[in-house]
Amino acid sequence: MSRIDRPDQLAQGEEGFLQYFADRKRVYPKRVYGRVRSVKWAVLVICLTVYYALPWLRWDRGEGRPDQAILLDIADRHFFFFNMEFWPQDIYYLTGLLILAAVGLFLVTSLFGRLWCGFACPQTVWTDLFMFVERQIEGDRNERMRRDAAPMSFDTAWRKALKHGLWLAIAFWTGGAWIMYYIDAPTAVHEFWTGSADPAVYAFVGLFTATTYLLAGWAREQVCTFMCPWPRFQAAMVDEQSLIVTYQAWRGEKRGHLKAQRNAAPGETYGDCIDCAGCVTACPTGIDIRDGSQLECIGCGLCIDACDMALAKVGRPTGLIAWDNLERQAAKARGETLGFHLFRPRTLIYASAMSLAFTVMVIAMSNRSDLSLSVQPDRAPLFVRLPDGTIRDGYTLKIANRNQTDAVFELHLEGLPGGELALAEAHADRATMLRLPVGPDQVASFRVLATAPSHGASTSVNFVLHDTKGGDTTTEASVFLGPAQ
Amino acid sequence: MTTHIEKDPHSGTETTGHVWDGLRELNTPLPKWWLYTWLACIVWAFGLMLLYPSLPYFTGYWHGLLGYSTRTEVMQDVAKIAGQRALVMDKVAAASFEQIRATPALLAEAQTAGRTSFANNCQPCHGAGGGGRPGYPALAAGAWLWGGRLEDIQQTLQHGIRSGAEGARDSQMPRFGVDGVLKPEEIVQVASFVMTLYGTPRREASAETVAAGAALFADNCAACHGEKGQGNREFGAPALASRTHLYGDSFEIVQGQITNPHMGVMPAWGGKLDPATIKSLAIYVHDLGGGE
Repeated sequence: MSRIDRPDQLAQGEEGFLQYFADRKRVYPKRVYGRVRSVKWAVLVICLTVYYALPWLRWDRGEGRPDQAILLDIADRHFFFFNMEFWPQDIYYLTGLLILAAVGLFLVTSLFGRLWCGFACPQTVWTDLFMFVERQIEGDRNERMRRDAAPMSFDTAWRKALKHGLWLAIAFWTGGAWIMYYIDAPTAVHEFWTGSADPAVYAFVGLFTATTYLLAGWAREQVCTFMCPWPRFQAAMVDEQSLIVTYQAWRGEKRGHLKAQRNAAPGETYGDCIDCAGCVTACPTGIDIRDGSQLECIGCGLCIDACDMALAKVGRPTGLIAWDNLERQAAKARGETLGFHLFRPRTLIYASAMSLAFTVMVIAMSNRSDLSLSVQPDRAPLFVRLPDGTIRDGYTLKIANRNQTDAVFELHLEGLPGGELALAEAHADRATMLRLPVGPDQVASFRVLATAPSHGASTSVNFVLHDTKGGDTTTEASVFLGPAQ
Repeated sequence: MTTHIEKDPHSGTETTGHVWDGLRELNTPLPKWWLYTWLACIVWAFGLMLLYPSLPYFTGYWHGLLGYSTRTEVMQDVAKIAGQRALVMDKVAAASFEQIRATPALLAEAQTAGRTSFANNCQPCHGAGGGGRPGYPALAAGAWLWGGRLEDIQQTLQHGIRSGAEGARDSQMPRFGVDGVLKPEEIVQVASFVMTLYGTPRREASAETVAAGAALFADNCAACHGEKGQGNREFGAPALASRTHLYGDSFEIVQGQITNPHMGVMPAWGGKLDPATIKSLAIYVHDLGGGE
């Protein structure tokens, strides 16, 4: 029975109204124990610990610098990541990271199905946490269903109030922790509670509190089924060889209650499925995995634990619901055995795309310099002829000094015979080398004039910048334009 | 409207009854909360329509209960920026050039004000970046007619050249040809000599022509343009021994300038721009690369 099937819907040929909008079917997932549940708890604890604790991690960067290990300082346009520091100019590393993450997701999905959805997605993790709170206060599936069906009582009322209070507290903590990635955590906490924080801080904490509360407390599986685009196109990554949560129909069918199986008529054979609905009641999205692979299945594997619990109780071999792939299931149904195929064109392509992106990232990161130079030649005028007949071009140079100390840079011009440099505001002081001071942690802009005898319409030149203290040298190519000869 | 429920035989799902090319659309209902969210958005939109300018009438429009207007907002922003700008520009107006130079923050403001003001007022003639064009001096080249110090530039900007304004820089180049001071063949001789001053001698000119031109130059031109054609800023007389030319360096142009000279006019900006802006412009023009 799929979640959007309606038991009240009309039969073939009946006269009636078509319903284009369906009531939500409340899902009351039952508590399960087992290997998958343990792994899910472990992942939850790790993810939430990282999320809540990371902003508090300190990292000494010296006097007057933020000492937060991970800080996305929007106001000053700096991103601090442990010993690394990124400026807006480094935005392409983010592109690389996103490509890496996307292809990584594709690879994992094509190999192991929706591991991300079932275990690591924030929606899953927070929903799991909220369900845990709910269970502790309102009880497990049966008790909650009873409560919701019965008229409101004092006992139910205070439990619901406490539940929502705790949910809001967690949501608030979540929203607050989010802000700490952008503002120094101790400062943020102090300012928040003393009322001196920026109104935007309160607004964002409020926003993230509200979204966490609504999405994890109320929307839950509706997010995965109706809002998230990922389930809709992840089917493109999954094939017959991808690991998915599978009901082994060849072994389980014909299903039947234990009593029915015991009282089976002669010649009537049953499979291992005792039709206890453990897998259905445990499912956080409310589907029946025995219907096969479905859009709503987030691949969390809790039905595996539920089934194993039930089968162990009746002394049958566990693993009726297991992570397996369609190809192997088909083979097993035929009585054959088949291995896993991890190396397939699809996975190899994803893996090589990933390693390519990774290699490019590593090379780019290791070649990252604390010094960067950009040269922009004047567009108007392209060149100026001076009274003595020489040609002069103007350039705007931007030099970024990422170091925390004052720097003096030496600027040379290569490839322009007779070429001399001068700063625009002191253009009479021509020299083959300019000394340019740049303050710590700054981008300085200089207008530099290059003067040379006429060399024709266009000459390729190189601006060479040398850090007198750090010893780094960087080169930027440009052109020296003049009248055509 | 009631309908005959029809089930898709393959999936067992009911269909909407819509058929295209034999394909039947399955009815997979959206969740009701989606519908309610959508309806709530519509209600919200009506609220916005009431609060903000929305419906046009024949003679105007609904202004909204909040009285919001983007125009008002822009005017407030403009007034705010003008107020902020006035603070800085007052400082620029009060400070001397030396003081502005010595204060990086003030200099940066003056340069920015100068750049925008140059683009608005000067660029049409002098070109972007002061590249110049025939008849309009290349400010970036440093070939000054009246002087290239900050004070000189400020004065030129304030009063103009041959603008008719009080304090304007003024001078006249005699119309040697039109007024019959020199005969046409003498003008050819002078022009031929002038071309040797900037190193592109006229090919057709004989040594005698050039020599005759040199003598005529000494008698008629050197008083203003200097004996070696170095120019004289007192009269705004261009340096002729220069590779930078106001009108051009061809024989025809030199001949024309002697016969019936163009004499450019620069408007006086004193009445149009405030002193702080003129000061900023002087700094910007000075720093284009030609300042002295």
